[in-house]
Parts: sequence; structure tokens; C-alpha cells
Amino acid sequence: MAENQSNANGSLKTYDELVPEIKFTKLFINGEFVDSVKGRTFETIDPRNERVTARVAEGDKEDVDLAVKAARQAFDNGPWPRMSGYERGRIMSKFADLIEENIEELAALDTIDAGKLFSIGKAVDIPLAATCLRYYAGAADKIHGEVLKMSRDLHGYTLREPIGVVGHIIPWNYPTSLFFIKVAPALAAGCTMVVKPAEQTPLSALFYAHLSKKAGVPNGVINVVTGFGSIAGATISSHMDIDMVSFTGSTEVGRIVMQAAATSNLKQVSIELGGKSPLIIFDDADLDTATELALTGILFNKGEVCVAGSRVYVQEGIYEEFEKKLVAKAKAWTVGDPFDPNVRQGPQASKEQFEKILSYIEHGKREGATLLTGGERLGTKGYCIQPTIFTNVKEDNLIVKDEFFGPVMSLMKFKTVEEAIKRANDTRYGLAAGVLTKNIDLANTVSRSIRAGVIWINCYFAMDNDCPYGGYKMSGFGRDLGLDALHKYLHVKSVVTPIYNSPWH
Amino acid sequence: MAARRLSSLLTRSLSASRLLSSGRNHGGGSSISRFSTAAAVEELISPPVQINYTQHLINGRFVDAASGRTFPTYDPRTGDVLAHVAEGDAEDINRAVVAARKAFDEGLWPKMTAYERSKILLRFADLVEKHNDELAALETWNCGKPYEQSAKAELPMLARLFRYYAGWADKIHGLTVPADGNYHVQTLHEPIGVAGQIIPWNFPLIMFAWKVGPALACGNTIVLKTAEQTPLTALYAAKLFQEAGLPPGVLNVVSGYGPTAGAALASHMDVDKLAFTGSTQTGKVVLELAARSNLKPVTLELGGKSPFIVCEDADVDHAVELAHFALFFNQGQCCCAGSRTYVHERVYDEFVEKAKARALQRSVGDPFKKGVEQGPQIDVEQFEKVLRYIRAGIDGNATLECGGERLGSKGFFVQPTVFSNVQDDMLIAKDEIFGPVQSILKFKDLDEVVRRANTTRYGLAAGVFTKNMDVANALSRALRVGTVWVNCFDVFDAAIPFGGYKMSGIGREKGIYSLNNYLQVKAVVMPLKNPAWL
Repeated sequence: MAENQSNANGSLKTYDELVPEIKFTKLFINGEFVDSVKGRTFETIDPRNERVTARVAEGDKEDVDLAVKAARQAFDNGPWPRMSGYERGRIMSKFADLIEENIEELAALDTIDAGKLFSIGKAVDIPLAATCLRYYAGAADKIHGEVLKMSRDLHGYTLREPIGVVGHIIPWNYPTSLFFIKVAPALAAGCTMVVKPAEQTPLSALFYAHLSKKAGVPNGVINVVTGFGSIAGATISSHMDIDMVSFTGSTEVGRIVMQAAATSNLKQVSIELGGKSPLIIFDDADLDTATELALTGILFNKGEVCVAGSRVYVQEGIYEEFEKKLVAKAKAWTVGDPFDPNVRQGPQASKEQFEKILSYIEHGKREGATLLTGGERLGTKGYCIQPTIFTNVKEDNLIVKDEFFGPVMSLMKFKTVEEAIKRANDTRYGLAAGVLTKNIDLANTVSRSIRAGVIWINCYFAMDNDCPYGGYKMSGFGRDLGLDALHKYLHVKSVVTPIYNSPWH
Repeated sequence: MAARRLSSLLTRSLSASRLLSSGRNHGGGSSISRFSTAAAVEELISPPVQINYTQHLINGRFVDAASGRTFPTYDPRTGDVLAHVAEGDAEDINRAVVAARKAFDEGLWPKMTAYERSKILLRFADLVEKHNDELAALETWNCGKPYEQSAKAELPMLARLFRYYAGWADKIHGLTVPADGNYHVQTLHEPIGVAGQIIPWNFPLIMFAWKVGPALACGNTIVLKTAEQTPLTALYAAKLFQEAGLPPGVLNVVSGYGPTAGAALASHMDVDKLAFTGSTQTGKVVLELAARSNLKPVTLELGGKSPFIVCEDADVDHAVELAHFALFFNQGQCCCAGSRTYVHERVYDEFVEKAKARALQRSVGDPFKKGVEQGPQIDVEQFEKVLRYIRAGIDGNATLECGGERLGSKGFFVQPTVFSNVQDDMLIAKDEIFGPVQSILKFKDLDEVVRRANTTRYGLAAGVFTKNMDVANALSRALRVGTVWVNCFDVFDAAIPFGGYKMSGIGREKGIYSLNNYLQVKAVVMPLKNPAWL
């Protein structure tokens, strides 16, 4: 039990001084913080100690209706889609500056809400939210349609118009990153929106709503309704006055969202869902790099990452040595209070999540997988789980088939590239994949052969604002980030008129 | 947007001056003069700015010319010397190129992330806003353009252009390319290297932005030669770039003359790309020097004799106002000036009458004075050239409706001048005058006006005034020019490309197109073993 445990966790340090005062707990509709219509609230829990952090307004159908009304009004009659892209970009840049002024507090909110590492929040998640806004701020004045080559006496061109009111439903694993991955391109496009953060992690989204107003985003452009998926989320998906829903979350819920869109107003849908991403390590890979990438690939953010490398395929020539090194490193991986700067892994985000992971671990054991390390809860309070590695598993084992969003790796051996490709593709998911090899031909072949939206060659989690990602197969459709994400919030309108006496065609 | 602000600003200052002229202040204590008033300028306003930068900026340091020589730069309001500026020649250009080469080959700039580059461009834009009034004052002092135009339109546009290019820096995309076989192909869009840029005197800071913005966004290093008439603001701006964190050697600024410094840059064997804005005559020299030296690719933005076509169904008042703006803006010193005003015979007489009345209203005087629409021409050479063309117009039997003389006895002020009954073969209808001289021509039908409008060696821009969509579309396609403004004119925007057909130039500036000028395209091809698809 001693391994994995950080000193800080052992010494019961609470880091209370780093826990910020909770300033925003109400719904943000039309530029104001308001109670829910019914006056109901729900608890948000600190996963480090299972204590209630705050009570937050619980958005219901009528609250979503009010938010949609505000967004509709802001889109149909407000200034946002009518101002120039440059002006929108300037406001977004100001929004980015305000985020940079509040990094510490925002990182702490995500730590107490989602159990995310405070150090990573300060260094990565929150600063990258600002860069994401700046990236799309710089794109707002570069939305081009095309003038067409019509093969008749016609002049045609396309306009890219904002799609309208967008509903964003965001998950709890990256409360900040995913807020901006969704909101920033939609803002640049000139859309207005209703954002529903996950019920586990409502706090930073409300803070961002506050900052958006301070930055000058007009009322009604960003509305935040906190609440539960089955109520607030379902209302968004089935709303007759929302033009598009953009969802990140599980494949099961993604299916419900899409169904709701289909049975209501056929709104556009973009869904970024689960994954069971393979990391394929060939014999020629550097072992130290490979073990480090493999471990980070599954343990980063406690495995609560849609693109986590949860299936690790290692070629037989280096398998044994790889396994030995990997297990040693996993045992040295420190788990504990996410405020502790020495800790590399905090608690799972919620009790539900924690119990789900433990039950999958039990399932793995029952199915006869070999447990190389971990497999238990860590400590007696909070939702920490040991880094866990199973081997002797196959693609039809439950722990290899299902995404369960925990620090649990399935380690497998392969012989040939053809076998690795076949097994890597033997999944209903297709979000990401990693390939570790120095061989250019192997890298290229595998890149084209894996049916997934992102391939990382000799790296992992190499995300960038300019780099789109999203799913094949049941990992969803539509792309987040990059200019592809901007285009999904834009309609294409073709305009055609006769042309007379044109000197050219 | 900024362009629209610019035109509305000018319209606003114009209506203010109309109030002045018809109201109690007419002919009173104001130093603004209608051009018919004899004295152009009474007491001149002293600009609230100091001239601190007169040396070359090479490798992050302000340095004297290698020869130690300087040349005078003038206040066009008086012709008095403003400052003595380091005079660059081949040796200074060479030192600047060495610095730019090193900054490109070994320096941080092309190696830092695009996001970091964009942050420096954004910081520069913020600094421009902070120093808006000083830069604007310096621009007006050295260039003679109205201070309100500098401070409220051009400086905001400068910041806006750099923010635009900042946004491109991290979105410069190559392609993955299909091949007829088992190959994996990508194109890398790489910075081209050391860019030589030669800019003119009519919009010193805006031209600075058109050139420097895309070159920096793409990761190049630069040797910039400013016009000898207007060396001051680019040095100031380059200083602000250093403050914004631009590494030394990335942007070098050399002041000096075209035949010496300019020619050295155009023919330098270690400059990878050349961009020039100026006269067609000089553009030819630049292109030839590039050809004779290292075949560096060249973009040229040259002269124009742009037609402004007023159809019979046009809103005449609106057309008169915009035709006036199109020609007289910036003392007529615009490459895209609407200098051939073609008016349909049915509205011709009304148009001429109103155009004349509008020109008579134009307030000319000290450009620092509020409400002044027109300052002096840039220098004595231009001033005399404009007056020569006016003389040629009169001698050629065009009807001088108004103006035609210098204004006052000091500085380079010229009366707003309108000619009617201008024929296509007159010198004033053929040559680029670059002064406040409007030529109005009559036409009967569209085919005729298209033919006449296109009968020119230039092809920079055109204005079309009509309410008929089919006419607008037909003319838009038929005119052989780089920009067609329909029911508007001089709408400049960061994203709108600008450049010429025919002898008005090569290539496009601004917009996404401008990036191509500063990028090399490298195709990377490798075999694919057992690809899943092609």
C-alpha cells in the first residue's frame, strides 16, 4: 500500500489555504447570474475528501428555455453576429487576457471539482484556454466563402454564415479545456450558445461566464445552465429552437443526444465520444521513452481522458523488458492530493466513476487477466485508485473492449505489423492511436491503417489549437480544434445569379 | 471596417468643413482655407512629437550610415528641413542583409512557435495603439496628410493589420497531397528567407504593415528600405517592434535613396524575395535587377489610372461624393486613385456641376488643423509635376472647372482641380498624376466605357456606380483590374487582397493571398508500404 502514495497524502495535509472561495453558483442567463426557476440546487463534491464544496443552481427545462430565449434573441437581434470578425476577435482576446489574470483561482476550482492536478491546471489547462481563445480570435476575421466556377452563364459564391444558437454539453474530465474547445470556435463564428457543464464540475464554467461578461461578450451570447444531463442536457438536445448541439461525453449518452436531435428539429449534431485508443510499440522503439509515454498515456488525468492510450500493444522482441520497466515506473507513480506538487495522479472525479473503475478491475481479475500492479483503492478517503496494469488479456475481454475512464492499462503482446493493425482496429471506437517506431515505413503504414481521428507518432497527447481531433466509428463525428471546428459552427449558403456578357468563364 | 471608418471619418470632417464655410466662420480667423482663398496657411501648428530616430536600425541597434552621410527630410507644409537622416547605400544594405541572414539562418525567429510569433505581433499592435498620437503626428509632419486621417484612420488600421497577420501566424497550412501511386505527399509552407521590401511615401505606415505584417507572420526576416521622403515613422515603428520582443536582426530598416540603397537591395545576391510598391517606372528597374542578380521572386504594386464609372442610374450625389473622395483622398497621392471619372452622358452635366461644387468646398491647409481635408503634396518634385500636368490639361483643351494653381506661396499646396470634357488621349487621362486633379470624361454605353476603361497600361482598381445588379456584375468581370469597388471606393480591409493587372504590378498584398509572397512551398514525397488507402 505504501507505493504510489505521496507523502503529503500520508501526512493528511489538507491544502485548505489553496481552496478558493466559491463566488459563482447560479445560472448565467442573458448576462445575469440567476437562481433556477424552481429554486432548486444540487451539491458539488470535492473528490479529495468527499465533502460538499458548494450548492449550485439546478437547471431544469424552464431554465434551459430561458437561456435559449436569451441566446435566440442575441443571435436574431443582437450585435454579436453583426459585428465584424475583428471586433469579435478583440473581445475574445480580452477574454483570454482575463483568464490569464485568474489562473491560480481557476486551476483550483477544477482541482476541487474534478480532482485534477493543481500544478497541471496552472501550467497547462488554464493557460491553454487563453491560447485557444486567441487562436480562434485570430480566425474570426478569416472566415472565407468561395467564388464558384459555374459552367454556365451564372455567377455563384458561397457565404459561411453562423449556424445560430448552439447547445454545448461538456464533460467533467476537462471542465476548462472542453469549455473553450467548444465555446471559442462558436464565438468566432458568430454563434450564440447555451453551455451545460457536467453536474460534477459546474464551478469553473460559471467563472468563465463571469469573465466573458467582463470582457465585453454581449448579454445572451454565452449562457451557462448547470444541471443534470437527463434534465438540462436532454432539454438542450431536444430543444426546437437550438440549431446545433455539440456534445462531448460517453458513447451511450452521445447516442441519446443524437436521438433527441433526430426526434425534435433535426438539429446539427457534433459528438466527440469515448475511445479505447491503442498505443502500438514496435521493437525498435526506445524503451525509456516508450514506457514513459505508455504510462502517461493511461495515467494522465487519472485515465479520465477520451484519448487515453488504454490498450498498449508491444512487439514481442521487447515485450518482457518493457513490462518490467513499465511496472517499476507504475509503482513509483505518486498518487494523492492533487494540490500536492509532487503528486502525478489525483482522485477520480466522482464516487460513481470511482466505483465503476473498481468494478471493472474486479471484472478483469474474474476474467483471468494477470494483474501486474495496482488494482486497489488508495487510502480510505477520497477517490484515489492505484495505477493498474493488466496483461494476458484479449480484445474480447470487457476491460479491453469498454472505455471506463480510469488508471487501468491493458498490456498486450504482438508479433507482426499486420497483427497489430488488425487488433488495434478491433474495437467499436476510433478516436486516437499512438505508434512508437523509428521506421518511417511502419509509421506511415500504421498511420493510414488505423481507423482513428488522430495518430500520434513517437508522441502522445500531442494536442494543439491548430490540430483537429475527433472520432471515427462510435467515437463520434465532427472535429474539435483547428479550423475544422470553426467550420462546423458555420452554414454554407450558395448564392447564384445570372451573369451577362462575362468576358471569361 | 477600418476603411469604412476611414471614409465615414472623412465624410464627417467634410460636413464639419461645410458648416464652417457656410457659417459665421467663413473667411474668419481659421487657418483652413477654401482653395479659392489666396493664402493657404497662416500660422502652422507645431506637432507635439520629437524626432528621436534618424539612424538605420540594423541588427537591433540604431547606427549611423557606413559612409557617415546623412540626407535631409522635409516638412512638406513649408519645405523646411525636419531632420537629417542616415543615408544608406550599398554598404548599409549589405550590413542589414547580413544581420537579416543571420537572424534567419541561426536566429530564434523562424524557430520559435507560430503562437509566440503571433504574440509579438499582437504586442506590437498594442504598442501602436499606445503611441497612436505620436506616430500619427510624425506621419503627418513628414508626409503632409491630414492629422485626423493619420490618427483616426491610418494608425488604427496599422494596429488592425498586425492583429490580422498575428492571427495567420498559427494557421499557415500546407496540404497533404494525393499521388498516382503508393506515395505519401505533403507540402510544407516554409518561410522564404530574407525579404527585401521597398515602400513608398504616400502611406508610409500602412505600406509598412502591408509588407512587414505577412513577412513576419510567415517567419521571415526583413530589410526594409523606406522612401527618402518619409523615413521617420518606420524607424519609430521598428523601435516599438523591438519593445514588443522582436529579436535583433529580424526587422532592419535602412533609409536612403532608390538608385543607391533601393538598387542595392533589389540586386543583392543574399536577399531571397523582394517586394516593392511605387511607380511603374521604378518597378521595372526593380524587376530587372532581380532578374540580373539571383532571380529573387518579386511582388510589385505599381501605378494606376483607375476608372470610376458612373452609370445613368447611379445616385449622383453619392457618386459625386465618392468620386471626389476616390481622387482627392490623401492629396490625390494614391496608387488606386479614381483618376478617370467616366460619367454617363445623361447625368454628365449634373455630375460635373456637383463635382466642381464639391471640389470648391474642399478645405486645404495645415494638415494638423482640425477639419482640414487636404494638406500639401509630398515634395517639390511632385508639386511641380502636378502643376505641369494641370498645364498640359489646359493646353490640351480640357475644360478647367476649378483650381489649377498652387495655393499660397510656401510649401507644396495645390488647389483641388477639376477638368471636364477630358478625352482619352489627353495626357491627364493617360498618365498617373498623383495629385488633386480630377478628370471627368463622358460616355454613352457600357460596351464603350468598358473598352475605354480598359484602354490603359494600368489595371489596379475601378469604381462602378449603378443600382443595376446585372451591370455591376458584368462590369466587375469585364474590367481588367485587381479591385472593383461597386458603389463604394477605397474600402481597404486587412482581408481584402490588393494588387494590379497589367503594368500595375505582380502579386497581391493583404488577405490570405499575401502569405504566398513570403512562403516557399516544399513538397515532401515518400513511398508508402502497404497503404490502407490512397
